[in-house]
Amino acid sequence: MAILEVTDLKKSFGKTKVLKGISLSLEEGQVMSIIGSSGSGKTTLLRCINFLETADSGRIMVDGDVIFDGEDKTKHKAKETREKQLKIGLVFQQFNLFPQYNVLDNVTLAVKLKAKERADYKQNKKQILKEIDDKALKLLSDMGLGDKVDSYPCQLSGGQQQRVSIARAMALEPKILFFDEPTSALDPELTGEILKVIRELAEKNMTMVIVTHEMNFAREVSDYIVFMDDGVIAEEGRAEDVINNPKTERLQAFLSKISD
Amino acid sequence: MFWTVTSSLLEGFGKTFEIFALTLIFSLPLGLIMSFGSMSKFSPVKYLTKLIVWVIRGTPLMLQLIVIFYGPGLIGTWAAGFTADNALTQWLCSFGWFNGIIDWMATWESFDRFTAVIVSFVINYSCYFSEIYRGGIESIPKGQYEAGQVLGMTKTQTFFKVVLLQVIKRIIPPMSNEIITLVKDTSLARTISVYEIIWSGQLFIKSDGLLWPLLYTGIFYLVFNGLLTILFGKLEKKLDYFKS
Repeated sequence: MAILEVTDLKKSFGKTKVLKGISLSLEEGQVMSIIGSSGSGKTTLLRCINFLETADSGRIMVDGDVIFDGEDKTKHKAKETREKQLKIGLVFQQFNLFPQYNVLDNVTLAVKLKAKERADYKQNKKQILKEIDDKALKLLSDMGLGDKVDSYPCQLSGGQQQRVSIARAMALEPKILFFDEPTSALDPELTGEILKVIRELAEKNMTMVIVTHEMNFAREVSDYIVFMDDGVIAEEGRAEDVINNPKTERLQAFLSKISD
Repeated sequence: MFWTVTSSLLEGFGKTFEIFALTLIFSLPLGLIMSFGSMSKFSPVKYLTKLIVWVIRGTPLMLQLIVIFYGPGLIGTWAAGFTADNALTQWLCSFGWFNGIIDWMATWESFDRFTAVIVSFVINYSCYFSEIYRGGIESIPKGQYEAGQVLGMTKTQTFFKVVLLQVIKRIIPPMSNEIITLVKDTSLARTISVYEIIWSGQLFIKSDGLLWPLLYTGIFYLVFNGLLTILFGKLEKKLDYFKS
C-alpha cells in the first residue's frame, strides 16, 4: 500500500489556480523528486501536504490515515492536526532554524515539548530527556555535526545549518520527509554536502519527497520523478525515463532550458 | 543648605521612581495584551484597540491626566443632579437600565491624585508599548512560525519558546527609548499636584528664593537615565550571542 496518496488536490489563491488537480502516490522507502519551473505549483503542493496551506479540495492520505479531506468540512481540533502533522517532516529552503538555541537544542526542542504529553513524563523525566539528547547527538554526528552541537546557527555555514534542520526534522521520526528546494539558498560548493546527506537517508530507505532544481541529483537519488507544469502533473515516471527520454514537449523544453 | 536640598529632592525623586516603576509593572504586560488586540483577526477587537491607541497617542499625556483626575468626579456630580427635563431624557428614563446607569454613575468619585497619575500613565504607556510589541512581533519571519508548526508545536509553544526572545532582542532599542521618556514624563504628575522631584525643586523658589535646586533636579534625571542606559546596554549585549 502506498505510504503517501494524494488524490485530485486543488488549490487557488484568489482567482489564480495554483494546483489544478494533483494525484500522486509513493511507496514506503522510495524517493520522489518534484521538478518544474517556478510558479508551476510544486512548492504549494508541498505546503498543502504539510498543513502550511489548506487545499480547496481533494484528499491526502499518509500511512493509511486521511490527513486531509476537502469533503470533510468539520473543524478539527488543533491537537488532532498536530498529531497528523507529526507523521510528516519538512525541510525548508531557508532552514528556519531557531536562532536563539544552539544546534542540539534546535534538534531537541520540539521533541522535548512533545515528550511532556507522555503519561510517564513526570516519573521518568530525567531519563526521557537524556534519551532525547542521546538520540539527537547520534543524529547530529551521523550528519557530520558532532563537533557543532554547542554552536549557534549564526556561527554555522549555510550547508551546516541545512544539515541541522534535516536533523531537526528527523528527530521527530516522520514517516515521510519533505524537502522544499533544500539547496536553493546555498552556494554551489555547499550543495554537495546536503545532497550527500539526502543520499545517505535514501540508502537507509527513508521515504522522501524532494522539490529540487538539481536534475542530476534528482535522477541519481530518486526512484520516481514528477514534472509539474502550470498546476498539473505534466509527466511522471521512473527517474531515468523521465529525465533521459522526456515524452512531453513541455518537459523537453524545461530540461533543455535547465541544462543551458 | 545643599544637604537639605538634596534630601528634599531625594524624597521627591522617591515619588518619581514610584510612578516610573508602577507604570512599567502594569503597562509592560498590558501593552502586550493590547498588541495582540491590534493584531486580532476578530475585527471589532482590532479596530477598538486601534481606536484607543489613536486617541491616547493623539492627545497630550497632560490632558489625559486632567481628564482621568477630574472626569469621574464631574460625571458623578452631573449624574447625581440628573433630572429628566426634556422629551429625550424622559423617554430614556422609561428604561430601567438607563436609570441603573445614571444611579451607578452618581456614585463615581475622583481618584486620589496618585492613583489618577498611575492610571493615566499606565493607559498611555500601554498604547505606546503595544505598538512597539506589534512591530517586533510582525518583524519575525513567517518561517519561524511555520517551523514551529511543522515540528508539531502548539501556537503558544511557538510564541513563548521560539518567537518571544527574538522579539525582545528586536525591541530593546525602541523600548529603552520609550522607558527613558517615561522617566522624564513623570514630571507631568505635577500638573495634578503630585509631589514628585520637580515639585520639590520648585518649592525652594517660593520658600527660599533659590533657583538652583530646580536646576539640580536635572542631575537626578541624568544619573537615573544613565543607569538605565547602562542596563539596556547590558541586556543588548546579553542577547548578542544570536543573530535574528
